[in-house]
Amino acid sequence: MNLILTIAWTHVRHRARQTLVAIVGVMTGVGFSIMMAAMMEGSQDDFIKTLVDALPHISITDETREPTRQPAELTYAAAEIHGLTPQVRRPGIKNPMAMIAALQTWVPGALTPSVQSKAVLRFAGRNLTVSVIGIDPRTEGDVSNLATHMRQGTLASLYRASNAVLLGDRLAAKIGARVNSNITLASAEGASMNATVVGTFHTGFRVTDETTGYVLLKTAQVLERQTGIVNEIRVRTRDPMQARLISERIGEETGYKSISWQEAQEDLLSAITLRNVLMYTIVGAILLVASFGTYNIISTITHEKTRDIAILKSLGFRDRTIRSVFIIEALLVGLAGAALGWILGYLLTRGLAALEFKTPFSDSNHLPVLYSASHYLLATTVALASSLVAGYFPARAAAKLHPVDIIRGAT
Amino acid sequence: MSAPLVEARGITKILDGVVPVTLVRDISLAIAPREFVAITGPSGSGKSSLLYLLGLLDLPTSGDVLIDGRSTSQMSEEERAAVRLTRLGFVFQFHFLLPEFSITENVALPMRALGRLPAQAIIKRAQELLGSIGLGDHLHKTPDQLSGGQRQRVAVARALANDPPLILADEPTGSLDSVATGQVFELLRDLVTAHGKSVVAVTHDLDLARQMQRRLHVVDGRLATDERLTPVEN
Repeated sequence: MNLILTIAWTHVRHRARQTLVAIVGVMTGVGFSIMMAAMMEGSQDDFIKTLVDALPHISITDETREPTRQPAELTYAAAEIHGLTPQVRRPGIKNPMAMIAALQTWVPGALTPSVQSKAVLRFAGRNLTVSVIGIDPRTEGDVSNLATHMRQGTLASLYRASNAVLLGDRLAAKIGARVNSNITLASAEGASMNATVVGTFHTGFRVTDETTGYVLLKTAQVLERQTGIVNEIRVRTRDPMQARLISERIGEETGYKSISWQEAQEDLLSAITLRNVLMYTIVGAILLVASFGTYNIISTITHEKTRDIAILKSLGFRDRTIRSVFIIEALLVGLAGAALGWILGYLLTRGLAALEFKTPFSDSNHLPVLYSASHYLLATTVALASSLVAGYFPARAAAKLHPVDIIRGAT
Repeated sequence: MSAPLVEARGITKILDGVVPVTLVRDISLAIAPREFVAITGPSGSGKSSLLYLLGLLDLPTSGDVLIDGRSTSQMSEEERAAVRLTRLGFVFQFHFLLPEFSITENVALPMRALGRLPAQAIIKRAQELLGSIGLGDHLHKTPDQLSGGQRQRVAVARALANDPPLILADEPTGSLDSVATGQVFELLRDLVTAHGKSVVAVTHDLDLARQMQRRLHVVDGRLATDERLTPVEN
């Protein structure tokens, strides 16, 4: 074995209890850091994935980002207008199919038209306000996971009856409706129709499962009392992270309000960023505290080994050799602690993932965790770096010792 | 006469402080090969300080120490460490062995630091050195398993590890009983007579000093006398 390593190993081996305490300190730091990172990033990823899956990546609606500018405002630099009555505008996106065809030429992903409507659902004497979404079953599967969320029936079941509807399972259970039940839908536009329940779905989001129903586009158009109306085009991009850029371009090209999922959930994503900052601060603090243990053990060894250092120097050992001995000792503690910390971190993460609980917002009954090599590497890097710093200062002090001062003191 | 192994040219050592203390005053001397030299003097006279200066463990405030004719005043600490490792061997009053290592490992340390021999050869030489001083049966023991005299003999073996021509000993028998003192002294004498080394030893023991070849008497940091005594028999 290398001489420096031999001396370093001998020192830490002969201070077994102190070394063990320092190793346990680093192990705990690394272990809990890994667990925290796995938990925080796991829940974050799960949250984002759920968001991305549940919502369209981009939603183009028949609104505009800014109110329509008046001719006077276009002509003059400044104009003040009083008593203006907004013009009644025909709702819906103009020429939606042409727009979809145009967007399909460059948007990397899938698009589908839909009609968003509100209606009162009547069944067995109960009245509930629900969101009725008109979809095209042939293209809906390309932009949402609704097909995979079906509990009874399929998207194609919407073609089974003239006014077919798919209900969220909680909604169906709430009103006591089953497949083939006949319900009544009455829209705010005054349209009323009998509809047949042809299936149920379960997204895992309580609000959606309790208040949403899907119908064919034309059924929703009847409810809105406007033939051919499409008031939303939903887009699923191949790379969800590109949604913001694509959305901006769609907005510029079409003039309609186009919102990416990131924009729609901006507040939540900001909160996630803040949460990450907090997480890494806490992880850093844990490892910093662990490094104090390493500093303590190396300082103690250095102090106890003052005489040996003087002897080694008198024999002709160089300063850098002495320094290396104590830095290696710190790294040995750091490495052993990190290695054990990996095991502890993995076990803690497994334990955390096995815990069962219920939330009112979703069906998930296990804490989502993320097993990532980067967490292990990051925790190890920080642990080794802090061990290095913790060992460096006592090592430097040791190398600076003047052998004669110690020899004189000993004799 | 052979070229000196170590030569002091007007060396002075003053310790800085509120009241500066002069440890060594303007000493000049030379140690030739195969010399057995005693440094004597009252307590606090500067004997050990002179030895540390000759051994490059300390830097003179003025003057120069030459090793093998090379000035050391301009050497870096790294270069002085290299000279200590290859040209000088040290024995202190207390054995100063590393307590966690076996005596074989202790003797091997300077050779491993030098790195000229392969690991197997280093261990073999360490065991041979220990065998030559009568400790062949204790090779795997740690210092705390040996007597004071045995430990000091291990320290001598360690000083010889890299085969330096000059051994510097600071009160090598100062903490030993009379029997152990005799054994260690014979060992040092043997280094000169049988191995052709030079030995410079600080001692309070005038009886031992009289048995050595040359006696440097230091008083108040000055070299009071430099006597040639009975030559050491080969």
